[in-house]
Amino acid sequence: MIRVELPAHLRTLARVGKEVQLEIGGTVTLRSVLDALEARYPMLQGTIRDHVTQKRRPFLRFFACEEDLSHESPDALLPEAVAKGEEPLLIVGAIAGG
Amino acid sequence: MSGVQVLVGTKKGAFVLTSDGKREKWEISGPHFAGWEIYHMKGSPVDRKRLYASQTSGWFGQLIQRSNDGGKTWEPVDNKFAYDGVLGTHQWYDGTPHPWEFKRVWHLEPSLDDPDTVYAGVEDAAMFRTKDGGKSWTELSGLRKHGSGPHWQPGAGGMCLHSIIIDPKNPERIFIAISAAGAFRTDDGGKSWKPINKGLYSKYIPDPTAEVGHCVHHIAMHPLRPGVLFMQKHWDVMRSDNAGDLWQKISGNLPTDFGFVIDVHAHEPETVYVVPIKSDSEHFPLDGRLRVYRSRKGGNEWEELSKGLPERDCYVNVLRDAMAVDRLDKCGVYFGTTGGQVYASADAGDTWTAIARDLPGVLSVEVQTLS
Repeated sequence: MIRVELPAHLRTLARVGKEVQLEIGGTVTLRSVLDALEARYPMLQGTIRDHVTQKRRPFLRFFACEEDLSHESPDALLPEAVAKGEEPLLIVGAIAGG
Repeated sequence: MSGVQVLVGTKKGAFVLTSDGKREKWEISGPHFAGWEIYHMKGSPVDRKRLYASQTSGWFGQLIQRSNDGGKTWEPVDNKFAYDGVLGTHQWYDGTPHPWEFKRVWHLEPSLDDPDTVYAGVEDAAMFRTKDGGKSWTELSGLRKHGSGPHWQPGAGGMCLHSIIIDPKNPERIFIAISAAGAFRTDDGGKSWKPINKGLYSKYIPDPTAEVGHCVHHIAMHPLRPGVLFMQKHWDVMRSDNAGDLWQKISGNLPTDFGFVIDVHAHEPETVYVVPIKSDSEHFPLDGRLRVYRSRKGGNEWEELSKGLPERDCYVNVLRDAMAVDRLDKCGVYFGTTGGQVYASADAGDTWTAIARDLPGVLSVEVQTLS
């Protein structure tokens, strides 16, 4: 079971708590986790990555196990602790704006 | 029993202000979508309980929300605005070619006869349509692919399609306006478009009378006279009596003819409202006094309306989609400010009252007349 923490606005949008848990069939990558997240919560499509380009939105970051994974390939394997459900994948909104 | 519902989009959420036909006491509900920018919110003219809202964020992009119960509850619908076919380029601020990039929805215009059909004006400038209540959006790409598209350039606020007006006598005819490309018209339901900017004069562009390139801030029309259009351009208040084929300046005795909003009285097609703003470099009222100006003669002769509005130290702006009218008798007029006030007049502009004082900066105001 993969654990994902969402920023507050996306929790409100998806009507979920701080953390969601997802089953991933196959390899655990950013792409497979986001695919599963969007399949479960379709209202999140387009809010984390662009609909067309699939690029991460500039003001969002991906962290896990105290590492910034934002610039990793979406097909790179996530840390083993995330794949085992020991650590969450954190989707974090930039602290910016007014 | 009659009543009014004012739909207010702000920089930090949506608010719904409700009153009975007297328009003296107001209830405010919200914020809906707290923390998000609500660029625009509008109800279907044939189903007053069907509302659409453009919810957007620099972090999370664009969402479209739909309500089927007059704004009590909302559901997100499709938010995929994919340009049709080859992207092409428009001009960037420095004049270099720049590919079209979707940023946000500025304006949602529900169809006049079908609550499931809505037009969306977006940045970078294009028009989309849903026919299934927002489940999917399709670009009416004849506009973006107009031959002049590569020459369109953004205004300071982005290259936004901000005004959409459907001709009630001929739904195939739609008027739109883009900052800073100008106004356009389709006569075939959006398949093909023609620029309608003849008569506009913009001294800040290389060719002041160019076919496209004018910074049109807003356009308005009275539903009983769809051939007559009113325009607040960057500078200049304009009027066309032939569906935009030719414009004439009607600024007349306005103290300044820079501004953003313009609207028409619900029952008097020759009564027009604007809010003059000092200049394009100082986006606040002249002399710190917030004033609406009304012409009862279709322009040129304007009277100051200030009773109930701030007489000093007022330095707010009124953005392009932040004025609307109701259809009661007397006609109600409403506008919102970047300072978070919503002002209302229940007597066609003679007197004003703040019906909300401390909202986030107001981006848009629309009115539903309930009866």
